[in-house]
Amino acid sequence: MSGEQPLVRARGLVKRFGDFVAVDGIDIDVAPGEAFGFLGPNGAGKSSTMRMISCVSMPSAGELRIFGLDPVREGPRIRGRLGVCPQLDNLDPDLTVRENLTTYARYFGLSRAQARARAEELLEFAQLSDRALSRVEPLSGGMKRRLTIARAMVNEPDLVLLDEPTTGLDPQARHLLWERLFRLKQRGVTLVLTTHYMDEAEQLCDRLVVMDGGRIVAEGSPRSLIEAHSSPEVVEVRFGGRELADFVAPLAGIGDRVDVLPDRILVYAKDGDAAVSEVHRRGLVPSSVLVRRSSLEDVFLHLTGRTLVE
Amino acid sequence: MAHPTVAVLERHLTLYKRLWRASLFSSFVLPVLFLASIGLGVGGYVGEVGGVPYVEWIVPGVLASTAFQMAVGECTYAVFGEFRWNRGAHAMFATRVSVWDMIGGWLLYIVFRVEIAVVVFLLVVGAFGVLSSPWVVLTPLVAALLALAVAAPVTAFSATIDHDSYFALLFRFVMLPSTLFAGVFFPVEQLPALVRPVAYVSPLWHGVELARAATSGAAPPWPVWAHAGCLVAFAAGGLWWAGYAFRKRLQD
Repeated sequence: MSGEQPLVRARGLVKRFGDFVAVDGIDIDVAPGEAFGFLGPNGAGKSSTMRMISCVSMPSAGELRIFGLDPVREGPRIRGRLGVCPQLDNLDPDLTVRENLTTYARYFGLSRAQARARAEELLEFAQLSDRALSRVEPLSGGMKRRLTIARAMVNEPDLVLLDEPTTGLDPQARHLLWERLFRLKQRGVTLVLTTHYMDEAEQLCDRLVVMDGGRIVAEGSPRSLIEAHSSPEVVEVRFGGRELADFVAPLAGIGDRVDVLPDRILVYAKDGDAAVSEVHRRGLVPSSVLVRRSSLEDVFLHLTGRTLVE
Repeated sequence: MAHPTVAVLERHLTLYKRLWRASLFSSFVLPVLFLASIGLGVGGYVGEVGGVPYVEWIVPGVLASTAFQMAVGECTYAVFGEFRWNRGAHAMFATRVSVWDMIGGWLLYIVFRVEIAVVVFLLVVGAFGVLSSPWVVLTPLVAALLALAVAAPVTAFSATIDHDSYFALLFRFVMLPSTLFAGVFFPVEQLPALVRPVAYVSPLWHGVELARAATSGAAPPWPVWAHAGCLVAFAAGGLWWAGYAFRKRLQD
């Protein structure tokens, strides 16, 4: 591969479904070795973008190149170098865990011996060696997801696409999966993932874009996004069951900005403790106060003006 | 490097390894039941058709209809499920495998299944001594052509429909009349002239007549090339439709 050529390059990329514009003119560059994330609520256009990158959805307008190739004309050739982990598991329920890997390896043109060797390696990677002969159905959600990711690695892809890799998993399964994905990253595998989990984006992504309504509303590393679009600290103030709107005026001027959520008020401030002192000095008596570091969730709230719906 | 079509065929064969015993048994039992009940039972009343004993006359018809039913049956829920239930088609399409590899690998598998059934059938009825012509060696070829002519459009249909209840329509209004009016159990000339075209548009009829020509050595009602041409046309039309339907499902 030619050194610094981006693996994915999009300019003014658009996807329309009839009158509905799912992706509304986005520019992206994904460099080799990078972990790149699409963050956004449901319907933001993340999955539509991923489908275009995986060459199963044709761009309505704009330019898209994967490995420098045109997905409209070179679909199978590009797909042969991709690893795709779709949002919905589509493992083969009639085959065993091992057969799922060997069969998939054959689709990519590996010899039978190569397929068997690769399957053993990946069973190890996915911590499923002891379930090799099991059917897919009895596996837990986390195991299925690990198998799907292992399957996506079968052709040693140049680029791995993960569409909401940990949605629907319990915390333990998510952490195990993150750890596996982190290993891939360390090996230099380029990852492109979508997520609506802030912690996932912070954990895995070197760089990410926040999408809303089909557009990119912000771009950068998790840290730089937080610095650019939020204050260093956030104070979460609660007032029991009382009407929160009534407290907006009394809190005005504390910190940089105030956001009212259904159950709490967020005060964005450089110094959280100073903000809390000021709240008390004004004679307000919150039922609870929490000072924390600013997160991507705050960036998201600020940029899209709403709480993330999962 | 194995062609992706071969890889797709292999996937289906991997699955078949698990069920070949049951499948082989039914491809043996079903024709025997048919021949015993209709061939010998009805044949006792009918006597001869076209100068041969009735049981001998229906053997090629039952053979072709076995291939026909297998091709229809295998290409309904199995194909529908790959798109709708387990999304196996989508998983395949995320690889080097193209739409034509998927269709090609699948149809090769169906032909393979039909050939096994046909060979078992021929061995069973051969033991009854009802195969008189050396042309009988061509029946597997006829069965393969018939299988493609049926499997391709049914596969396309299964990839097109949005709900599996449409299969009831396929079974009731296509498969059943095809089986009844395709010269399997009585010559199509027995039908009123008005109804005969039902047979002419059924790939099964063309398959039955070619199979009968092969097992009996007698010339079929239409020239061989005309019957074969109809089957090729069904296969080609079905392939075109399947390509369209698969692409529509997998790509937007």
